Amino acid sequence: MNDITTDICIVGAGPVGLFAVFEAGLLKMRCHVVDALPAVGGQLTEIYPKKPIYDIPGFPEVLAGDLVKNLQKQIAPFHPTFTLGERVENLDKQEDGSFIVSTVAGTRIACKVVVIAGGLGSFEPRKPAIEHLEKFEGKGVHYMVLDPEKFRDKRVVLAGGGDSALDWTIYLAGLCSDLTLVHRGTSFRGAPESAAKVLSMAEEGQIKLILKSNVAEVHGNGKLDSVTVMVDNDTPFQLEVDYFIPLFGLVPKLGPIDNWGLELDKNAIVVDTKDYSTNVPGVYAIGDINTYPGKLKLILCGFHEAALMAQSAYNIVYPDKKFVLKYTTVNGIQEL
Amino acid sequence: MQNDIITIYVALENGDRVSVEAPTNMGLSVMEVLKANEFEIPALCGGMAICATCHVEVLQSPPLPEPSDDEAYMLESLPHATENSRLSCQLRVNPELDGLVVRIMPEA
Ligand SMILES: Cc1cc2nc3c(=O)[nH]c(=O)nc-3n(C[C@H](O)[C@H](O)[C@H](O)COP(=O)(O)OP(=O)(O)OC[C@H]3O[C@@H](n4cnc5c(N)ncnc54)[C@H](O)[C@@H]3O)c2cc1C
Ligand code: FES
Repeated sequence: MNDITTDICIVGAGPVGLFAVFEAGLLKMRCHVVDALPAVGGQLTEIYPKKPIYDIPGFPEVLAGDLVKNLQKQIAPFHPTFTLGERVENLDKQEDGSFIVSTVAGTRIACKVVVIAGGLGSFEPRKPAIEHLEKFEGKGVHYMVLDPEKFRDKRVVLAGGGDSALDWTIYLAGLCSDLTLVHRGTSFRGAPESAAKVLSMAEEGQIKLILKSNVAEVHGNGKLDSVTVMVDNDTPFQLEVDYFIPLFGLVPKLGPIDNWGLELDKNAIVVDTKDYSTNVPGVYAIGDINTYPGKLKLILCGFHEAALMAQSAYNIVYPDKKFVLKYTTVNGIQEL
Repeated sequence: MQNDIITIYVALENGDRVSVEAPTNMGLSVMEVLKANEFEIPALCGGMAICATCHVEVLQSPPLPEPSDDEAYMLESLPHATENSRLSCQLRVNPELDGLVVRIMPEA
């Protein structure tokens, strides 16, 4: 277990979470930043690193990837610490009003203030609409192949037509006792070599390939034992299986943030625009993850929210000091 | 004379159809028109054909351009796409689209 103590724990290392480190640093508050992704930058790094952005004040044009690099340089004097590649699962309020933030991997961060800069939420597997599918999660239904050995000598059905379905079909074919790939379409648009390989494996009888079909039902008593495959939307047949692995890519979901007792409206956290505080004292939400009348999902707006948040958080981190606004041009940037 | 405004229809769950006017000379996508008219369509990736949260089913349409490889790849990997599924961010509003009827698919 990894225990960290800091003033502010920032959930989300997108542009807004990074800039929050700067605003907090100016007020001499230390930050620890956690992100589920292995790299900082949020959507800018994940979705559009090479796209130019035109609406950052002072930069007529800046590549998203460069903006992230600049933000990292800008916050360096405040020596933030990072936990990357770990999703924050829990937020526990302590009796003294402070928090313990903990991640899937068991990292615990003790802090006085929590700032949620979670953007679109964390990326989760896209699930097919199959009744009772959730009941079998972890009991025969998996959305990712974490440990291929788990499937050795088992009967497995994969579903999907993208690259990960193709790649795992090729990989697992030699491992499973029986492997079936069910795909809605008639052709594959993944990497042509992978598609060709899967088709030839099917011809040679190494795997079963069921095209124009989808898995419509899952059955079992406590544990998955069979699935119903619907061919061409009207011919069902039953297949006995140990595992069903639907691989349909990732979609951003609010995920664990849903369970933190925060007031939500349409998948976004409701905040007070005075300081971007939430209904839980000590917890703030800034950037794309929050909502208020007139909200604009822009980096610029998230930066503004970070500045107001920091002023308010100061009163929690330093309850006995009075905050006096000073411009950075007066004091410069003082390293933490 | 070419018409600068076309009408697109959105089929609601209760069977009603809402008409939406869309300008053809602004290079908009159907997704942007739907968003501008405050339909609930997340369109998280902003039209880059990588999130599929702008997924629509085309119920009635004039001939549509074939999906690009990016769009077709995405549609093929969606679990609940139908033969008439499209990513609305990849459909450009042009005069030929007049009369298009779409249903916004439940969250992709
Ligand atoms: C294609 C595209 C183009 C855009 N162009 C512009 C533009 O030109 N100008 C502009 O201002 N805006 C633009 N935007 C919007 C801009 O990208 C967002 O407003 C901005 O990324 C929001 O920043 P953020 O830090 O709030 O969230 P994000 O960038 O979404 O970062 C949030 C981070 O939080 C992490 N996270 C979420 N939940 C958890 C959890 N439970 N545990 C750990 N980590 C978690 C995520 O992994 C993610 O890295 C564009 C968006 C897209 C998609
Ligand atoms: S908006 Fe993301 S695919 Fe259309």
